[in-house]
Amino acid sequence: MKANKLKTNDLILQFTAKIVFFIIFFFSIHIFFAGHYTPGGGFVGGLLTSSAIVLLVIAFDLKTVRKILPINYMYMTATGLILALATAAFPIFVGKPFFTHFFDYFDLPLFGKTSLHTAALFDLGVFLVVVGVTMTIIQTIGEDE
Amino acid sequence: MINFLLFPILITFFTGMILIFFQKNIFMQRSISLISLATATICAFLVMLQVQREGIQSVTFGNWPVPYGITMVADGVSTLLVFTSLLLAFFLIWYSFGSIGKEREHFFYYPGIMFILTGVNGAFTTGDIFNMFVFFEVLLMSSYLLIVLGGEKKQLRESIQYLLVNIISSALFVITVAYLYSVVGTLSMADISVKIAEINQPGIITTIAVLFLVVFGLKAAIFPLYFWLPSSYAAPPIPVLALFGALLTKVGVYAIMRTYTLFFVHDIAFTHQLLLIFAVLTIIAGCIGALAHFDVKQIIIYNIVIAVGVILFGAAQMNFDGLEGAMFYLIHDMIIKAALFMLVGIIIYITGTSDLRKMGGLMKKYPSLGWFYLIAAFGLAGIPPLSGFIGKLLIVQGGFAAGNTGTSIFILASSLIVLLSVIRIFLYAFWGKEGQTVQIQEKTYKQLYYPTVILVVISIVYGVGAEWVTPFMDAAAHVLTDPSVYIEAVMKGAQP
Repeated sequence: MKANKLKTNDLILQFTAKIVFFIIFFFSIHIFFAGHYTPGGGFVGGLLTSSAIVLLVIAFDLKTVRKILPINYMYMTATGLILALATAAFPIFVGKPFFTHFFDYFDLPLFGKTSLHTAALFDLGVFLVVVGVTMTIIQTIGEDE
Repeated sequence: MINFLLFPILITFFTGMILIFFQKNIFMQRSISLISLATATICAFLVMLQVQREGIQSVTFGNWPVPYGITMVADGVSTLLVFTSLLLAFFLIWYSFGSIGKEREHFFYYPGIMFILTGVNGAFTTGDIFNMFVFFEVLLMSSYLLIVLGGEKKQLRESIQYLLVNIISSALFVITVAYLYSVVGTLSMADISVKIAEINQPGIITTIAVLFLVVFGLKAAIFPLYFWLPSSYAAPPIPVLALFGALLTKVGVYAIMRTYTLFFVHDIAFTHQLLLIFAVLTIIAGCIGALAHFDVKQIIIYNIVIAVGVILFGAAQMNFDGLEGAMFYLIHDMIIKAALFMLVGIIIYITGTSDLRKMGGLMKKYPSLGWFYLIAAFGLAGIPPLSGFIGKLLIVQGGFAAGNTGTSIFILASSLIVLLSVIRIFLYAFWGKEGQTVQIQEKTYKQLYYPTVILVVISIVYGVGAEWVTPFMDAAAHVLTDPSVYIEAVMKGAQP
């Protein structure tokens, strides 16, 4: 936000944003992992995460947010794409058709018996792409004079 | 290796992603894209040989049974098209080293090309109608990037028009697929064909057939839906224009050919007669445009429209000769259009204008360019033994066999106008008094000259060596004339 002639004080907005950011962010993580059995998944999760970052952008400004989260969102998009395609392409190496997913049950130390599915990796790719693209759009338009 | 047919698509897709990381390093961008395109072309060639040897290859994503998963199908038609488009892209990338400019190369030009190839080859290979829509969007999104990249005033204006037309046609595509899905209840192309045969194409399916003609006609620029093409294609720089002219409209043509030979084959009297009428009107509209302009780009752009009409005329015959001719002409047209745009691009670079009346006398300074242009022009018009001959011959033969004598003679006559329109460029630009020229560097000229010349030579080989190509074309036409070949190959092992 640009400095106006009259000095504004965004204390309440900035303080609330700091707390609400984490609530939205953790909710987006929850939505992301819930996707397999309940509504949710990579796309909504990604949008929620980027909306949390947008809240920070509104409360502070683009420069500050870039200092807090020094991420190149263009590379994030590319990483997400590569992760998604690599997950889909992995079965080629074991002689299965493209896009075959694998899953199994594991005994994890904290969670107990959990089913892990490679579709989650694909979803993580989608998540990264959605966050990357949304933030690229907002940053590019925001910085445009 | 069951996934081998996907390699040409996957290699370009992966390359596009990796290139995003090398945004500022032009050397890496160029070398990676050239190497990966060469690899993808070789893979496409091997897939083509494999299909020729072992019959239609298909793989269903995710190991699902056939009508329930997305199937990718490599048959004679699609492998030929995939191989040709990758081969052309290789030379176009080479050509763009000398012509596209550093600013554009910094801003995701090569990833854009890679993603457009992913979309084009995916649309050629897919066996699922909604997946075809998705690949259409992939190629359209990348084409939006390439058409606006550079941000000149003209590009911005034309890209808005291009976007609008394509968004509307994409929405229509979704609506049409929704209609089709509500009637037949499936999206797998082989299964749709089976279901339509079961209900024997009632009126609603014929309506959907016409809707598909409108949707794909907007992409392929048939009369009267070609209005956006001449001005939109004139906006981007030459290598992009060549890529668009060689590949994009051909995807629409392929989609029309595929749907009209696989789905809607039970009421030919109406649908294919309609296709034939529109094909003839498209040729007339293209001929008028090609003769009317003094702008070299516009002349070749209108020749795209003419060629679309000729190919669809062949497809409308629904007999073996007509369809084989359409395939021959489709591949010929992709090669020759890319070559012609590249030649015309060189002419524009050395004269600094695209107006024919300001050019002249290039023959003294650039004799070999002139003769290669003449060969390409003769190839386009279909003078034997060059590449356009055999395709048009078969198309006309198919037209006579199907009883469309008058229109077939019209197709032959239209070749004269095509020849006239491209020879005009030769007469104005290469003969006559010396016109204006701008100084270009020897190295840049060579970078533009070699890929162009190789492409012209490829088109000569394609025409002279038609005998070698014929087995592939036979296989393609065999799939197109008999949908049951395609259905059996895809549905083997399917649940009843």
